[in-house]
Amino acid sequence: MARELTRRERLKIPRHEMPEQDAHDRSVNFEEVNLGLTAEQAVAEAERCLLCANPTCIDGCPVGIDIREFVRLVADEQFGDAADVIKRDNFLPAVCGRVCPQEDQCEGACVLVKKYKPVAIGHLERFVADYERERAGSTSVKTITKTGKRVAVVGSGPAGLACAADLIQAGHDVTVFEALHELGGVLVYGIPEFRLPKEIVKAEVDQLADLGVRFEMNAVIGMIDTIDELLAEEGYDAVFIGVGAGLPRFLGVPGENLVGVYSANEFLTRINLMRSYAPDAETPLLDLYRKTVAVFGGGNTAMDAVRTARRLGADPATIFYRRSDAEMPARAEEVHHARAEGIGFETLVSPIELLGNEDGWLTGARFQRMELGEPDDSGRRRPQPIPGDEFEVPIDVAVVAIGNEPNPLIHRTAPDLEQTAWGTIVADPETGRTAKKAVFAGGDIVTGGATVILAMGAGRRAAASIKEYLDTGVW
Amino acid sequence: MDGPQPGGELMNRILETRVLAPEVKYFRIEAPKVARKRKAGQFVIIRVTGTGERIPLTIMDSNPDDGWISLIVQGVGKTTRTLNELETGDSVHDLAGPLGMPSEIHEYGRAVVIGGGVGTAIAYPTAVALAEAGNDVVSIIGGRSREFVLLEDEMRAVCTEVYPTTDDGSYGYHGFVTDKLAELIADGPSIDHVIAVGPVPMMQAVAEVTRPHGIDTVVSLNPIMVDGTGMCGGCRVSVGDETKFACVDGPDFDAHQVDFELLARRNRTYSAFEYYRNEEFTEEHIHVDPVGSS
Ligand SMILES: Cc1cc2nc3c(=O)[nH]c(=O)nc-3n(C[C@H](O)[C@H](O)[C@H](O)COP(=O)(O)OP(=O)(O)OC[C@H]3O[C@@H](n4cnc5c(N)ncnc54)[C@H](O)[C@@H]3O)c2cc1C
Ligand SMILES: Cc1cc2nc3c(=O)[nH]c(=O)nc-3n(C[C@H](O)[C@H](O)[C@H](O)COP(=O)(O)OP(=O)(O)OC[C@H]3O[C@@H](n4cnc5c(N)ncnc54)[C@H](O)[C@@H]3O)c2cc1C
Ligand code: SF4
Ligand code: SF4
Ligand code: FES
Repeated sequence: MARELTRRERLKIPRHEMPEQDAHDRSVNFEEVNLGLTAEQAVAEAERCLLCANPTCIDGCPVGIDIREFVRLVADEQFGDAADVIKRDNFLPAVCGRVCPQEDQCEGACVLVKKYKPVAIGHLERFVADYERERAGSTSVKTITKTGKRVAVVGSGPAGLACAADLIQAGHDVTVFEALHELGGVLVYGIPEFRLPKEIVKAEVDQLADLGVRFEMNAVIGMIDTIDELLAEEGYDAVFIGVGAGLPRFLGVPGENLVGVYSANEFLTRINLMRSYAPDAETPLLDLYRKTVAVFGGGNTAMDAVRTARRLGADPATIFYRRSDAEMPARAEEVHHARAEGIGFETLVSPIELLGNEDGWLTGARFQRMELGEPDDSGRRRPQPIPGDEFEVPIDVAVVAIGNEPNPLIHRTAPDLEQTAWGTIVADPETGRTAKKAVFAGGDIVTGGATVILAMGAGRRAAASIKEYLDTGVW
Repeated sequence: MDGPQPGGELMNRILETRVLAPEVKYFRIEAPKVARKRKAGQFVIIRVTGTGERIPLTIMDSNPDDGWISLIVQGVGKTTRTLNELETGDSVHDLAGPLGMPSEIHEYGRAVVIGGGVGTAIAYPTAVALAEAGNDVVSIIGGRSREFVLLEDEMRAVCTEVYPTTDDGSYGYHGFVTDKLAELIADGPSIDHVIAVGPVPMMQAVAEVTRPHGIDTVVSLNPIMVDGTGMCGGCRVSVGDETKFACVDGPDFDAHQVDFELLARRNRTYSAFEYYRNEEFTEEHIHVDPVGSS
C-alpha cells in the first residue's frame, strides 16, 4: 500500500485530464470521445484528495455519494470496495461518471476548486464503474425474500431504472413498462454513443433483469393500459411514473415544417435509437455530408445534435444560440469538445423565419441579432432584439433543440393526476407521492428537463416511500 | 408452449396470411392485449426485424376473445415488402399499440366511407363502427384496376350501398372515387359525414368535392412516423394553421383544414433513400419474385 502522502505532496500532483480520442479522428467516428483513466492515473488522481474532515464535495452530489471514502479506496487500489461504496447511493455510476455536470455538482463543491483544480471525481467514478464491470462481471445475486407486492414502473429512463432497482432489492415484484423497443430512456435515444456507449446502459439494465425485474417493451401506458387499469385490473399495488419530458418544443416561427427541419428528438432518435448512421440502416436520415447544418439551442441536447451532425459529415455545423457563451446551459466539457471538433458558435442570434424553396425544402434562415438586457427573476440576463439588425444564412438541415415539454399521453387518461400549468405532474419532492392514491412520480416528468442524477435520485426517493406505503398501507 | 409468452419470444406471432392483390397482404397476428384495447381508427407501430424501421399500420380488425388483430399491408418499399414475405408461424419483432386517437364515431345519419387502394383497409374499421353506431353507411372503394379493389365483401356486410370504382373501368364504376362521390352528392339523399382514406391527392380531391357543400369530412393522414408516441414531432402536420402531431392528435383530422401540399412534400423527404433501398430489395429477391419466370 502507498505511503500516506502529506497535504503538500497531494497539492503538488497536477489534475489528470481525461485522455481523449484525437479531435480530428473522433469528428468522423461514433466511438467514445473520452477514453477513461488508466489504473495508475486513477490512483494518482485519487491521491490529490485531501480527505477533508468536512467533505463539501458530498453536499454537491445530489445523491450524496460518500465521495471521500470511495476516492480514498481508489488511492489504496481497492477498486472493488470503491465500487461498493458508490453503489450504495448510485445505481448507474458508469453513466453518471460520464454525463453528470460535475463542474456544477460534486467537483464544483470540492475544496480544491478555488485555488487548485478539483479532484476529478467524475472520471474516478467512471473508472471504478468500468473496472468493476470489466473485471468482476456480474455482482452475485443475493436471495431476497419476496413480499408478494407488485409495482409497475412506467418508463425505463434513469428515474424508472433507479426506482426498479431499489424495489426489487426490497423483495417487491417489479415490472417496467417502456413505450419504445429499447430500455434506457434518454440514455439510449438521446445521448449519443460517443458520449455514452449503449453497451454501458445495456449492462446496467441487464443487472436489473438478473435481479428479477421484468421488462415490457413496446408498452405505451395510457394507450395499452391506463394507470387505473394497472392498479385495478392488472393487480399492481403501486405505480411509479417516470416518463420523462419527451415532447419536443418548436420555435413557433414560419417555415418550421419545411423538409429539412428536425426536432432534436427526431434527429437523435433516428441516429441513436434507430442507428441510421450504420451503412445497413433501414431508418433514413437526410444526407448531411458536406451540408450546412444549423442547430438552434445551447443546451446538452444542442451540443449532442451538432456533434452528431459533424460526425455524419456536416460542414459547416454551427450552434445558433440566443444568449451569450456565458449563459449556455450545456456542460463545459461538451462545449469544449464541440469547439475542438470544429463546431461553429453564433451567439446572441435568434431565428425569426425559416426559408424554403418552391418544393418545400429548407434553404436558410433569417436571424435577429440580440443583446443582453437586465437580469430577470432567475438572475439570467434576458436577450432582447436589436431592432433592425437581421441577417440571412443559407442552411440545408436545421435541428431545433430548444427543450422538451412533458408528453400529455399519460395525463389524458389519468385526469385525476394533478398537473402544473407546464404539464408536469405534481409530486412531493421528498416522497414522489402524487394526488392519486398509490401513484408516485419522479424525474423529468415532475421537474421538467433536468439531469440523469436528479432523475435517479427522485426514483430512489420514490422507491423508499413506495416501500413504506406497501408496508404500512397508509396513504 | 403455444400462445403468447409475456416477455418471451413467441410474441406477435403471425396466425394467418392471405394475398389480397398484387403486393397486398392480409395478416392475422397474435396480440391479445392490443386486441382488447383497440378502437376503430387506431394503429400499431411495428418493426419487422431487430434492425428494422418503425412503421405505422392501421388495425383493420380484432378479436378480443381469440387475442388477435389483423393488418392489411401494401408492399411499397423495403419494410412493407419484407413484412409481406412473412408467413404463418413467423413473428414480427416489435409491435406497439394501440396508438393514435380512435376515429370519432357519432350517429351522423348518412355517412360515406371512401377508400383508395389499401386505404380501404384503413377505412374499413371506421365503416364498421359507423354502422354499429346506427349510421346508414355508403362506401366508395377505388382501385387502379379490378384486382386493386379491396375488401368489397367485407364492406358489403356492413354498408347499405357499396360502389367499387376503377381508374381503367375494368370493374365497377369507371372513374375516380371523387367522381362517384360528386354523383352521390348530386343525386341525394343528402350526405351528413364523409371519411376518406387513401393517397394524399385522393384525400385532397375529396376535401375539394365536399367543401362547397359544407359536408363534414374527415381524412386519416399518413405522415412519416418514428416513435408514434408524440416524442419526435416528425409526424407533424398543419391543420387550420396549427401544427399537430398526427400520432397523438390524429391520425384523423378535418379534411377542410388540412394542408395537403405540406403533407405530400414531407412524405417525399426520403424518396431518394427509399428508392435505393427498394431497388436493393428487388435485386436481392429477384429469384423468389412470384411474378418472375418460374
Ligand atoms: C440529448 C440529451 C442530452 C442530455 N445530456 C445530459 C447529460 O449530459 N447529463 C445529464 O445529467 N443529463 C442530460 N440530459 C438530461 C437527462 O437525460 C434527463 O434529465 C433524464 O434522462 C431524465 O430521466 P427520466 O427517467 O425522468 O426520463 P427519460 O430518460 O426521458 O425516460 C423516460 C422513458 O419513459 C418512456 N415513456 C414515455 N411515455 C411513456 C408511456 N406513456 N408509457 C411507457 N413508457 C413511456 C420513454 O420512452 C422513456 O424511455 C440530456 C437530455 C437529452 C435529451
Ligand atoms: C397512421 C398510419 C396508418 C397506416 N396504415 C397502413 C396500413 O394499414 N396498411 C399499409 O399498407 N400502409 C399503412 N400506412 C403506410 C405505411 O406506414 C407505409 O407504407 C410504410 O411505412 C412504408 O414503409 P416502406 O419501408 O415499406 O416504404 P418506403 O419506401 O420507406 O416508403 C414509401 C412511402 O411510405 C411512407 N413512409 C415511409 N416510412 C414511413 C414511416 N416510418 N411512417 C409512415 N410512413 C412512412 C412515405 O410516404 C414513403 O414515401 C399507414 C401510415 C400511417 C401514418
Ligand atoms: S453521481 Fe454525479 S454528482 Fe454524484 S459524485 Fe458522481 S459524478 Fe458527482
Ligand atoms: S472536497 Fe475535494 S478534497 Fe475534500 S474530500 Fe471531497 S474530493 Fe476530496
Ligand atoms: S411519430 Fe414521433 S411524434 Fe408522432
